[in-house]
Amino acid sequence: MLKVTNLHVHYGAIHAIKGVNFNVSEGEIVTLIGSNGAGKTTILKTISQLLEQTEGKVLFLGENMKQYAPHEIVHLGVSHVPEGRHVFPDLSVLENLEMGAYHRKDIKNIKKDFEEVFKNFPRLEERKNQQAGTLSGGEQQMLAMGRALMGHPKILLLDEPSMGLAPILVDQIFKIIDKINKTGTTILLVEQNANRALHVSDKGYVLETGKIIAQGSAKELLNNKKVKEAYLSA
Amino acid sequence: MELFINQLINGLNTGSIYALVAIGYTMVYGIIKLINFAHGEIMMFGAYFAFVFAYMIPWNLPFILIIIISMILAAIMGMLIERIAYKKLRKAPRISALITAIGMSLFLQNLALLIFGASYKRMRPLVSTEPVHLFGFNISKLTLITIGLSVFFMMVLTFFIHKTKPGKAMRAVSQDKGAAILMGINIDNIISLTFAIGSALGALGGIFYAMAYSQIYPTLGVMPGLKAFIAAVFGGIGNITGAMVGGYLIGIIETMTKAYISKQWVDAIVFGLLILILLFKPSGLLGKSTKEKV
Ligand SMILES: Nc1ncnc2c1ncn2[C@@H]1O[C@H](COP(=O)(O)OP(=O)(O)OP(=O)(O)O)[C@@H](O)[C@H]1O
Ligand SMILES: [Mg+2]
Repeated sequence: MLKVTNLHVHYGAIHAIKGVNFNVSEGEIVTLIGSNGAGKTTILKTISQLLEQTEGKVLFLGENMKQYAPHEIVHLGVSHVPEGRHVFPDLSVLENLEMGAYHRKDIKNIKKDFEEVFKNFPRLEERKNQQAGTLSGGEQQMLAMGRALMGHPKILLLDEPSMGLAPILVDQIFKIIDKINKTGTTILLVEQNANRALHVSDKGYVLETGKIIAQGSAKELLNNKKVKEAYLSA
Repeated sequence: MELFINQLINGLNTGSIYALVAIGYTMVYGIIKLINFAHGEIMMFGAYFAFVFAYMIPWNLPFILIIIISMILAAIMGMLIERIAYKKLRKAPRISALITAIGMSLFLQNLALLIFGASYKRMRPLVSTEPVHLFGFNISKLTLITIGLSVFFMMVLTFFIHKTKPGKAMRAVSQDKGAAILMGINIDNIISLTFAIGSALGALGGIFYAMAYSQIYPTLGVMPGLKAFIAAVFGGIGNITGAMVGGYLIGIIETMTKAYISKQWVDAIVFGLLILILLFKPSGLLGKSTKEKV
């Protein structure tokens, strides 16, 4: 479904991604694990065309993503939940969700997706008229995910959804990730919380300073000695 | 008491003009963080457009049509200015864009000079200035129309911003461009739309201003443009309701100063007010002090 080959990305002289290959098949949850500065966010941003690759290819459903402007990506069925949530602080919860469906014309299905999102995140329904900027961090994460789901994506790109959340909320977020996946959405997850992420994933890739140093099924990675030492010690 | 009420009405009249123009400053600032110094010149061109369609082209168009045509032309002009002069500078340091805006302002003044000449032209009001009786007061018809139409357009704008899809997208873009792009919002179109709306309302302000003083000239936009900018800062730059409130407050303060203190003091007081705001509440009356949430 999503195929990334020999991807290179530069920030000026900084070579941030150095020839990365991975792919995500339909229906899977795939995790990119890596510590701070490994290049996880850079990869997701390149997929959504917020950054330009210097070499290599991103294919989604066989199409080269490079030909699209960043605001066209969501039309293809790719929704990106950025690191740090980025909800619209002065719009209400409801308006934020409406923005998630901005590009859609199928009004009937949008209604259904509203119901679906509220089923997954009852918190958001309770607070639908509240300004998003006044939500707690966890609620903002739910809103950012709900907003992306309002785009009815084929694939959801999640950048560190558990960052800065209390353990109980982390549980909840991962449960929802699993549930969203079971209802048919493919997920590419980026996490530092390797343990939790691998437990919901089908397979994973380990990223270190712009290179993939290990890959395999989630089970394999959970038992991989190197991965255990570096990422699962906590 | 009667003097006071009359002055209040005058204040609302001037305030309507400032509010209309202030909206353009604040909307553009809200969306691309640029103080569009050429906005006063849009106001001036708006007035010239009305002048052309009222007195130079013998079509005998009704007042409302002249206004609408002028607003549309100003909207196109505003969009062109953004595309030609500002768009390339979006990622440039803010000072570059600011200097470009000042350059654009001077360019447009000279363009008007070239097209219409330096002489002041008489802009006879397009509606009658005869007084109308209302609640025991005599108010000129022009004043009533100025206030009425301004309030009407501001209500339409408020509805648009809060209740329509492009209006909400506009607010989303002003709050977080990166996230707005991920929603599939075409930022370029929204910025154009912002310039179009701001310029159309600015032109309306310019037409009312030229009619109120019955004259029109290439630097017409400079002083009211500056006052409207102060109004926008006063209300909280970036905040549309703030611009409206600021516009009316500046208009009322100005006329009251004229009536009860002295004509000479007007500008000193208005500009002094700007300094006070910048010192004590730089975010303006309705502006939020910017606190970033991590
Ligand atoms: N705008 C930028 N300009 C220059 N270098 C950048 C920029 N953004 C990221 N980098 C560099 O690229 C590398 C990868 O950054 P990236 O944000 O992708 O890491 P990450 O894996 O998402 O880290 P984190 O877990 O902290 O979010 C880092 O070395 C970072 O310093
Ligand atoms: Mg990151």
